[in-house]
Amino acid sequence: MEQRTKVKAESGKQDYVIAREFDLPLELLFRAFTESDLVEEWMDTKVLKLESKKHGSYQLEKRDAQGNVTFRANGAIHELIPNQTIIRTFEMENAPAGVQLEIYEFEKLTDDTSKLNMHVIYETAEKRDQVLQYGLVQGVNWAHNRIQEVLNKLK
Amino acid sequence: METRRDVFQAIADPTRRAILVLVALHAMTPGAIADNFDSSRQTISKHIQILTECRLLEQRQTGREIYYHLNAKQMKDVADFIDPFRKMWDERFNKLETVMSKFKTKK
Repeated sequence: MEQRTKVKAESGKQDYVIAREFDLPLELLFRAFTESDLVEEWMDTKVLKLESKKHGSYQLEKRDAQGNVTFRANGAIHELIPNQTIIRTFEMENAPAGVQLEIYEFEKLTDDTSKLNMHVIYETAEKRDQVLQYGLVQGVNWAHNRIQEVLNKLK
Repeated sequence: METRRDVFQAIADPTRRAILVLVALHAMTPGAIADNFDSSRQTISKHIQILTECRLLEQRQTGREIYYHLNAKQMKDVADFIDPFRKMWDERFNKLETVMSKFKTKK
């Protein structure tokens, strides 16, 4: 099976690289990261603020059906070169991973295809590992909710 | 490589993840595990077998009963954590592609 998204994370290091090729022209891929309404749609989060320019900043938020905040993140944009590079920080509020530095490189492959290379750097290798574990934890949390549903039905 | 793929296959199934969470709390007999689910005992037994084959669960005999323990070492293997993380990004990027393809045709 071909994997369209590749993750390179060497053990003991404080960074990882995510690479992905898209069936999208470069300009469209870039806009998916710089326009609020588009970010909201694919990231499935509210965009409170997104200043897509050098020295700009951004804020993301997610709430559950009851209106409680379940996710909030923010960061500063260090560099933004259209259709080429975004360098920004990202920090999830109330999460142990701390702040991460993200370097996005956008590349044209053909008129209709493009590539994204994301280099993400953490303060320590431990913090990086916590983020890598998030995928599994998310799955287990979901399973936990399911058990709760099952148990509630039995009551 | 073969074993690693099996582990991911094992945790890709929601029932099997639920079994892992249950057994993580304390060792359980197959019957006690099955009592937590609506599925048949045979179905749960099959899931337990898959989890045991890829060494996420360990069997221990206590008296006449067999108890299943979580093999924490297997769960903690850093390499194992990367694939769920990769899948999470893969799904996110698939969504991006769908959203942007629609956006393109709307223009």
